[in-house]
Amino acid sequence: MHLVRLLETSTFRLALIYLALFGVFGLALLGYLYFAMAGVMERQTAQTIQAEIEGLSEQYRSEGLARLRRVIARRSAAHPERASIYLLADPLGHPMAGNLDRWPNAEPGTDGWLQFQVEVRPDDARAEQRRALAASFLLSGGFRLLVGREIEERIEIQSLLRQAIGWGLALTLLLGLAGGYVASRGMLSRVEAINRTTRRIMAGDLSQRIAVRGTRDEFDQLAENLNAMLSQIERLLEGMRQVTDNIAHDLRTPLSRLRARLELALLHGSGGEGTRALLEETLADAEAMIQTFNALLDIARAEAGSDRAAFEEVDLETLCAGLADLYGPLAEDKGLAFASGCTPGLRVRANRHLLTQAIANLLDNAIKYTPPGGRVSLMVSPGPVISVADTGPGIPEAYRERVLERFVRLEADRSAPGNGLGLSLVHAVAKLHGARLELGDNRPGLRVHLDLAGVAAPAA
Amino acid sequence: MDMRILVIEDDVGAAEYLAKGLRESGNSVEVATNGRDGLLRAAAEPFDVLIVDRMLPRLDGLSLVQHLRATGHTTPVLFLSALGEVDDRVKGLRSGGDDYLVKPYAFSELLARIESLGRRQSRAPVTTTLKVGDLELDLLTRKVTRGGQVIDLQPREFQLLEALMRHSGQVMTRTMLLEKVWDYHFDPQTNVIDVHISRLRQKIDKGFERQLIHTVRGAGYSLRAPGPAS
Repeated sequence: MHLVRLLETSTFRLALIYLALFGVFGLALLGYLYFAMAGVMERQTAQTIQAEIEGLSEQYRSEGLARLRRVIARRSAAHPERASIYLLADPLGHPMAGNLDRWPNAEPGTDGWLQFQVEVRPDDARAEQRRALAASFLLSGGFRLLVGREIEERIEIQSLLRQAIGWGLALTLLLGLAGGYVASRGMLSRVEAINRTTRRIMAGDLSQRIAVRGTRDEFDQLAENLNAMLSQIERLLEGMRQVTDNIAHDLRTPLSRLRARLELALLHGSGGEGTRALLEETLADAEAMIQTFNALLDIARAEAGSDRAAFEEVDLETLCAGLADLYGPLAEDKGLAFASGCTPGLRVRANRHLLTQAIANLLDNAIKYTPPGGRVSLMVSPGPVISVADTGPGIPEAYRERVLERFVRLEADRSAPGNGLGLSLVHAVAKLHGARLELGDNRPGLRVHLDLAGVAAPAA
Repeated sequence: MDMRILVIEDDVGAAEYLAKGLRESGNSVEVATNGRDGLLRAAAEPFDVLIVDRMLPRLDGLSLVQHLRATGHTTPVLFLSALGEVDDRVKGLRSGGDDYLVKPYAFSELLARIESLGRRQSRAPVTTTLKVGDLELDLLTRKVTRGGQVIDLQPREFQLLEALMRHSGQVMTRTMLLEKVWDYHFDPQTNVIDVHISRLRQKIDKGFERQLIHTVRGAGYSLRAPGPAS
């Protein structure tokens, strides 16, 4: 994985932003702690020195120089290692008492404090230079008093603190960067996996699916949704491919027949009863093809759902009676017993035209496939359910889904007239209305239920 | 048929084919290839029927007919359209069209509809009895007699006969009958109409020497009086 790509990931950028924020907060917090602690330590030293100077100058004022010299000598003696520093000098600057050999060679700072190096000798160790802080005080008579503290330890603590803060921050940044890197890498690898799959799909292999890790995280959910979408697209494409194949196949047959007839008519020359018959058959073929296209367009329109705008309240009894009236004689002519039962008072919101055509298609089929002597019935019952039943050969259970597809016909029916689109339209119309279409066994025969329960219009 | 027909259609090939067919059927035909021209011609000259394509350049078919109706012209209009939804048909008829035919159509279908539209104007206004030869149909009592003999008809058979009688002498296609009698606007996969006609024939023509209901090959049915010519 390329480092630049990694740095470009949104996860890494997010990690960086968090890190920067965290760093600023951390720095502010630790900085505040440091300055507070260092300040307390400095103030403590300064106050102790100040208090001592005040005490000593008080003693000088009340009890004189000799007393001060003694006190300083005593205190100096208690601190031979020069942790506390005392020096009393005469007006000329010569030391009179204290644990410093001479007046320190340092200019007082703007705040009046002197900082200088002092040689110390802690417990038998070698002498070393340490920093000290002191304040001087001018006594009456020109004598000068210097009181100080060795501050090396304090400075070292402060520097230790600074180091600790620095390291802490550096470590935080490092860990944050590493964390961001690892997290982005994980994220990127999963996104990359999805990208790889989509690229393969775009290259033409629609059977590819995105791997699901089974962790039920958002990436898994994304992958599952994408996979479901892909399956849907694949199914639709497959359906479309089949339909185009079928159209090509189903229209090539009548077209080649049409061509053969026209060629024959040309051979016959003009006029004559033979030519006329050929032309009439050709016309019938063309008519059949136009009907096929019309049926395909009807199905496509029903599937597109644009006809929903034409929904109106449809009285099922009227619809049922009208169709029974139209198809009853056709059935009886073929030697079939036709029965209809149209329950009154059932209404649905539907596209009257399409619903009528769908039921007409079912009746067409029932009458076409039932041999003479059989029965065909059209029923509208509460639910509301519209059912068309016959005593024909029926449809084997394994084919009941397939026959709803365009151009699919049972092998046994190939010779019968029809285009294999009748049930497809019924299916599309059922879907358009949100109705349930059920093909069942009528023992013997086919029983088709169109369950309009979800479509029922409110009683008005 | 001898009618003056104006074809307003922008597809020149289709318009010529249509004009040729109509002329061969004995009509005089003029063609306009855009909506504006069509409206001017239809408003200025008397025509028996207008054939109007819905999609026209410069002025669409619906607006053309609306303009025409708004200015008091009642010439019957047959819409031709590639749009076949029921909605489109309803829109066409609402804007003042008298009939609606979806492309691609059979010429015989168009001819039958034109004839039916052209004759509508000249027909006697209100009658309560229809008479063709010795066949009589009373619209009020719903009684049908032939040669004085009462014929018992089912309600739908009555409607079918009424449609045929109203257009006696003209060809009624199966689609026209399905529209007029059942108000269905779809192509049945089987010729259901044939069965109904044959039942009607059984009652009207059986036992009579001369047939009234005739099958017109490749087109439909026609009910006509047995004149000396036929």
